[in-house]
Amino acid sequence: MANDLEAINDPGIPAHVHRKADSDPLAAKKAERQVAILFALSALGTILFIVSYVAIPEDIFVFIPVMGSTNAHQLFLGLGLAFSLFFIGMGAIHWAKTLMPDQEVTVQRHEFRSDEEDRNELVKTAKEGAAAAGLGRRSLIKRTLGLSLGLVGLSPLLLLRDLGPLPGNSLSTTSWKAGTRLVTDPGDRPIKPEDLEVGAVAQVLPAMLPGQDHRVLSDIGKDAVLLIRLRPEEFNLDAERLSWTHEGIIAFSKICSHMGCAVALYEQQTKHLLCPCHQSTFDVTRAAKVLFGPAARPLPQLALALDSEGYLVAKQPFNEPVGPSFWERSS
Amino acid sequence: MTARERIAGNVANYVDERTGAAAWMKKNLNKVFPDHWSFLLGEIALYSFIILLLSGTFLTFWFDPSQREVVYEGAYQPLSGLKMSAAYASTLHISFEVRGGLLMRQIHHWAALFFMVAIVVHLLRVYFTGAFRKPREFNWIIGVGLLTLGIVEGFLGYSLPDDLLSGTGIRIAEAIIQAVPVVGTYIAFFAFGGAFPGEAFIPRIFTVHVLLLPGIFLALITVHLMLVWYQKHTQYPGPGRTEKNVVGYPLFPVYMAKAGGFFFIVFGVTTFIAAVASINPIWLYGPYTPGQISAGSQPDWYMGWLDGLVRMSPPLETHAFGHTISWNILIPGLIVPGIMFTGLALYPFIESWITGDKREHHLLDRPRNVPNRTATGAMALTFTLIALINGGNDIIAQQFHLSINQIMWFSRIGIIVLPPIAFVITKRICISLQRADRDLVLHGKETGRLVRLPHGEFIEVHEEISPEKKWLLTSHEQSGPLELPEIDKAGVRRTDAIRNKLRSRMSAANAEVAPKVSAKDLKEIEHH
Amino acid sequence: MKRLSKYRRHRAAAPMLLVLALLAIGTTFSVASATPNKSALALARSASIEEGKQIFLKGCSSCHGLNAEGGAIAPSLIGVGAASVDFQVATGRMPMADMSTQAMRKKPVYTPEQVAALAVYVASLAPGPAIPGDELLNYERDGSVADGGELFRNNCAMCHNFAGQGGALTQGKYAPTVMGVEPRHIYEAMITGPQSMPVFSDKIITPEEKLSIIKWIKFAESEPALGGASLGRVGPVTEGLLVWTLGIGILIGVAVWLAMKAR
Repeated sequence: MANDLEAINDPGIPAHVHRKADSDPLAAKKAERQVAILFALSALGTILFIVSYVAIPEDIFVFIPVMGSTNAHQLFLGLGLAFSLFFIGMGAIHWAKTLMPDQEVTVQRHEFRSDEEDRNELVKTAKEGAAAAGLGRRSLIKRTLGLSLGLVGLSPLLLLRDLGPLPGNSLSTTSWKAGTRLVTDPGDRPIKPEDLEVGAVAQVLPAMLPGQDHRVLSDIGKDAVLLIRLRPEEFNLDAERLSWTHEGIIAFSKICSHMGCAVALYEQQTKHLLCPCHQSTFDVTRAAKVLFGPAARPLPQLALALDSEGYLVAKQPFNEPVGPSFWERSS
Repeated sequence: MTARERIAGNVANYVDERTGAAAWMKKNLNKVFPDHWSFLLGEIALYSFIILLLSGTFLTFWFDPSQREVVYEGAYQPLSGLKMSAAYASTLHISFEVRGGLLMRQIHHWAALFFMVAIVVHLLRVYFTGAFRKPREFNWIIGVGLLTLGIVEGFLGYSLPDDLLSGTGIRIAEAIIQAVPVVGTYIAFFAFGGAFPGEAFIPRIFTVHVLLLPGIFLALITVHLMLVWYQKHTQYPGPGRTEKNVVGYPLFPVYMAKAGGFFFIVFGVTTFIAAVASINPIWLYGPYTPGQISAGSQPDWYMGWLDGLVRMSPPLETHAFGHTISWNILIPGLIVPGIMFTGLALYPFIESWITGDKREHHLLDRPRNVPNRTATGAMALTFTLIALINGGNDIIAQQFHLSINQIMWFSRIGIIVLPPIAFVITKRICISLQRADRDLVLHGKETGRLVRLPHGEFIEVHEEISPEKKWLLTSHEQSGPLELPEIDKAGVRRTDAIRNKLRSRMSAANAEVAPKVSAKDLKEIEHH
Repeated sequence: MKRLSKYRRHRAAAPMLLVLALLAIGTTFSVASATPNKSALALARSASIEEGKQIFLKGCSSCHGLNAEGGAIAPSLIGVGAASVDFQVATGRMPMADMSTQAMRKKPVYTPEQVAALAVYVASLAPGPAIPGDELLNYERDGSVADGGELFRNNCAMCHNFAGQGGALTQGKYAPTVMGVEPRHIYEAMITGPQSMPVFSDKIITPEEKLSIIKWIKFAESEPALGGASLGRVGPVTEGLLVWTLGIGILIGVAVWLAMKAR
């Protein structure tokens, strides 16, 4: 590889340098001992593991710097297993490095491309096979085969149909109806306006229907609402939205209009709501208008009213779907 | 012949007479593997996968993949009497009532993080050294496939316990599916068996997580390794190493002992970290319900960049003809990652199109000698890293008393501005390093010894470098840009002129290097 | 020393140092310990309004106004109650050191007696939430950890994180950690809603429920490491950091050793 441009010649593989252990029996013996010690450490690790498993109760805690008070069972079980594995590895590698042959070997690579003769032979075989099967001539077979192969893929797809129901309008509806009471979550206690001071919040759900004894998560995922009380003069709402509030109490869907996380970080001073997942920020005083972050729509507002006993209820269902956007959503 | 040798001989004879394995074994036990630490990164991924299979199998013995509601009556008092899914309750059972169960859970999760780290570091090694070039393009594509599947598999895995954090992750995944135009809501309802969260999702992803994806993994990893075996490993340039040979240690016994030993090291280190560091403490997160959320809800790191992209997205949504398209979800959640992974998979073909190089390559590149590739890699890394940082913007803001809004704006601007800057800087660094190599060959290395010449001038003595080093610094190829004339031989403007122009421009940028030492240079030096 | 300097030039020295440094950084996560302060209510009963007024005029009135009516940079304190004063002043948040985004918890400026006097003075201006007494704060007896955890995750975790470690709010504001906070101050924060925090009314979260929350917080504070070092209890970010530094660092270290020729 030396021509006008290539200035330097390949000096070839450097001469093999012998290790101490190759020539000095003492060094070899020492290396052997080291390997043996490593393997023995592994055995000790296994013993530690067994002892920890049978002898250390699960409610004993030891103080370890950095980690603090730590469960001894878990810690020593883990350390025992770790040592038993780690030192087998160390021993094997040390053995390979110090005592096994360390002379590097050179072998030649072969080209991957098959030789011309084989390639031609293959083409010939393929062509002959295709001709014998009549692939070229019998176009009727070819077409019907294509059709059937194309269709056969549909069956498994159709079988997947019963994975779930069709969405219908379920993404657009919630349990909130006109007159549904707001109840605390958890606790299920109905709420009166005077229960909330200015600056207070409440996590609420719709009251359970008569006969309903537990809540389904799929419902909570659409029904969760955050109730906030401000001073009425702090609102900056149009007349309709203002009529949805009650004495400074305003309610929003807690399900983020971006990706559905629970938006419940209410900053009392700035009146901002923040979603902890992607940091969309909403302005409570302006009907949850988006101030920052990836959300494109305000949180849906729930219209409030009082029932005959003075408890807060929904004046009407949500007037738009709650939660993240979807194709069928119209606004 | 000892008794032991006789028995071994009999067994070998029995097997060989039925399989003819001896000839194959003879050839392959002498298989040569080059030794370099960076060739072990892929092995870390492989061994982590084995650890995942072992620890995962253990976990399935107790895990109950069901979203049926149960009342917790187990050992962990602070959750006693709460309603939760059977999946969450059984994960608590594994953690607190099965001896070694928490350790295995933590080994499984840490091994998953190691698996993904090792895949990424291995990918970077392969990329920056050009190991993906012909004939290894198939293996590159398989590798990108494994990376992609690894992200999905990891996400499904940490979603299984049905805790508050993982439920939040599933909620976000559902929102991404739901955002797909036309069919999104249908796919979401089919996947979840109805409205989110339903009771079908965890049983289903359990099957995908423990059966379907591991099966695909096993198949792809097998092909990946068979190709490495068959095509022989690449090697770093150096004296005696050529495109036609491979220099290293034979499989038996040296490489087998080292690789086998390294498996135990990886397993041991994973176990050690699982013993001393807590991961995914689901008992603190609490059971999932859609009405709750924790500050600082993050995915695992390999999803973090995706979450970071979603966070920095502008609030774009189109409402038209009674339909909604959520660009704020589609762009960062599907389109950009789609482009990133497609680009990654196609990179070997793009590079060979630009360079016009269709030859086999078995000697690796030193990253500095391929400035454009190295700079492109730095650019992609910068992009991903900014996205990843933004994925943890709330934790960063909290720990360092910064504002999430400021970090978000830094990321929004930085992700557009910084990658090109990283490209330019990396390219310049590569070319200066090439110049430094050139100086080293021509003038030797500085010794720090000063000598006074007869006429009074002080000079520093330079010591000539070894022939091996000289060879290393000059053995790489430098081929100029492609010649792609706009007018063909017949004098007609070529139909693909625009594409050719782009190609020759990129090829010219690719050929921008500091010229390596030539024979002429050396002669000139001698004349001085 | 000669041996050490040999290692210093070792190829693995730089990565090892890096790993050590990262370890050191990791261990500096620590929880500020708080000194228990007994019976603020008893102190308040014996404090005098006049003494409180004098302290107020000297230390607070420049921002909050001579009659606590508020000013351009500080809110009115009329009607905030003794609980609010006790929370803000006894945790050192007030007086503020500088006009930053948020008053931070720091070493209190006033003695418990002075805080009590201030509280009595502010409470005398208009009725407001009172300092909860020790009898009310018997969370060990009246609270339930499991209920508390559920309530905490529903009402507190969104800002203070699942384990009460605190979290980021908008524009550089933050929810502080609730670890190491005296039960009295936790209770006062819930009924007064200091700074960014909203109020949690007694009808929405009953006093017993508030005690359950405190009991859960105290439990979380003292819960030992069940699975090893807690990594700050901030979720997957620190886990990812650990695996990218110490984790892969150790493995690459072993790989370098493995591929090094023995001498």
